[in-house]
Amino acid sequence: MSDSKDKDVLLEVKNLTVEVAGKRLLRGVDMIVKEGETHVVFGPNGSGKTTLVNVIMGLPDYKVVDGDILFRGDSILEWNLTERAKSGIGLAFQHPPVVEGVSLGVLLKTIIPDKKTSEEIAKNAHMEDYLEREVNVGFSGGERKKDELLQLLAQAPQLVMFDEPDSGVDVDSIKLMVDIMRKLLQKNTPIRERKNSGIIVTHSGVILEEIHADRGYVLVNGRLVCSGPPLDIFDQVKNHGFERCIKEAYESEKDG
Amino acid sequence: MKVKKMDENLKEEIAGLDRVGFDIKGETERSGSFLVADDKTTESESKEENLVVMPLSFAVEVYDWVNELRFSLVDREKDEYTKEVASRKELLGSFIYVKEGAKIEAPFQSCFFLHCQGFRQVLHNIIVLEPNSELNIITGCATGNLVSVSSHIAVTEMFVRKGAHLTYTMIHDWGSKAVVYPRAAIDVEHGGIFTSNYIALTQVKEIQSNPVAYLSDNASAKFNSIIYGRDGSFFDMGAMGILKGENASCEIVSRVASKNSKLILRAYIEGNGKNTRGHTECNGLLLDDRSSVTAIPELKANNIDTELSHEASIGKIAGEKLNYLMSRGLDEETARALLIRGFLEKGIEGLPESLKKKVDKLIEIAASSESL
Repeated sequence: MSDSKDKDVLLEVKNLTVEVAGKRLLRGVDMIVKEGETHVVFGPNGSGKTTLVNVIMGLPDYKVVDGDILFRGDSILEWNLTERAKSGIGLAFQHPPVVEGVSLGVLLKTIIPDKKTSEEIAKNAHMEDYLEREVNVGFSGGERKKDELLQLLAQAPQLVMFDEPDSGVDVDSIKLMVDIMRKLLQKNTPIRERKNSGIIVTHSGVILEEIHADRGYVLVNGRLVCSGPPLDIFDQVKNHGFERCIKEAYESEKDG
Repeated sequence: MKVKKMDENLKEEIAGLDRVGFDIKGETERSGSFLVADDKTTESESKEENLVVMPLSFAVEVYDWVNELRFSLVDREKDEYTKEVASRKELLGSFIYVKEGAKIEAPFQSCFFLHCQGFRQVLHNIIVLEPNSELNIITGCATGNLVSVSSHIAVTEMFVRKGAHLTYTMIHDWGSKAVVYPRAAIDVEHGGIFTSNYIALTQVKEIQSNPVAYLSDNASAKFNSIIYGRDGSFFDMGAMGILKGENASCEIVSRVASKNSKLILRAYIEGNGKNTRGHTECNGLLLDDRSSVTAIPELKANNIDTELSHEASIGKIAGEKLNYLMSRGLDEETARALLIRGFLEKGIEGLPESLKKKVDKLIEIAASSESL
């Protein structure tokens, strides 16, 4: 665990309850992420993992029916996507859309107008060959994931959320992905000076072998259960599946 | 030859015609120039031995066969505008003639400019490419700072002889005070290739045009259009391909965005010859509730061995894409502009390399001036 007792809270999710078209997807989620911490959210498909990061990012169509999201102490529920992104929240999408006719170079230049910097970032991510290509058009699954990280490098958010960053990525690319994720999360900076925080959503957890995380949770049916040290949780999931947590979630639903 | 002297004000306005591809300063390589401002031909020049450029009024005197070409492709009785062109006693317009086998590398530039308030510009242009010759024409049309409505009416007849290759690019920047009625027809002989690129990214009060290409054996035509209708514009644009000969082919591709504007895109292909092929495609992007885009494809097969197809799609900016860009910190206006730019730039793929950069820049300017 990192020595983050004295650190400021960056993100606080309080009793977050979310619906889409009348269907409840998150049920009273609580989560506190301090500066420099990385949290991991496991969970089976359809448990609400993507909903959680999308709602924090501010994507529309989600209805927050209860609870709050505080970023650096301010409620951000009324902030739109741009305001949240500009204040330092970033998301690597699980399924980013294709953007026809817009090259990655043009997009990066729009995110950071200084052309030199955007080219440098692409070079460091070994993606300079992609600058002329249209964003996500004809990209493989792995290329899309890399592209997401590249855009986040340009955006430089303080809270970096990754939605299934390693799914569909081949073994050779994993190392590069991990390098970029570590950079985004300032993993090479001493803990005391580390400011950036992360939320990694994953159903496999393989990435945890490469990126140290501070806290793990399992999200089941819209509830965060089984929180604890990430590797312990990962072991438990690996050995027993999500069954125990599902049971726990079921029990708490019955009680509450 | 410099035909007439210009006044200072006009000179200044002409210096700005680079926006429609007309370079008066001579910074870009050109094989020649032709410029008409209102009813004055102010430039008529060829830098190539095998490229003849002159006002049509001269050409009918110099070559006895030119007069026969007039209204041989466009019916003079077609409508009130062709009748008006036919009724004019004084000819205004260009004659561009490439001799047999000459491949003119640098683009030829022409420009039709409306300078005076309420002027009615009535033109007749004849373009002839003799067998196996090649020419790339960039025509820019624009207006000065008009405060009252002006008109541009033009009959253009193009003759692409056997094996010749004509690329005809038109960039329009008319403004809110111009009504525009071009009437064009192209005869493409055996093995000839005709490519039309039409780019209009700014306002026009009203434009209506529906050029027709007649295609002989092994001849082909391609019409590409990129249109951004804005702020009360009305575009009724089309293209027609008549596949007369064996193995003739025609493709009509449009990419249009409409903001508070009405756009009609027509495409007509008629397959008469054996083994003929035709395809039309229209992609429309609607930017607000005050806009409309109407795609009217029409295919007519008169031969069992003709293959014709069309596809069309009209939609709005996808919210998913807008959200994606906004999640990177772009405000909604910037994100929309980027998506409009991307949509229109997809149309550049079919353009010649020499033109891509120019049009790319024009699209960037047009899209960045987008406001919600």
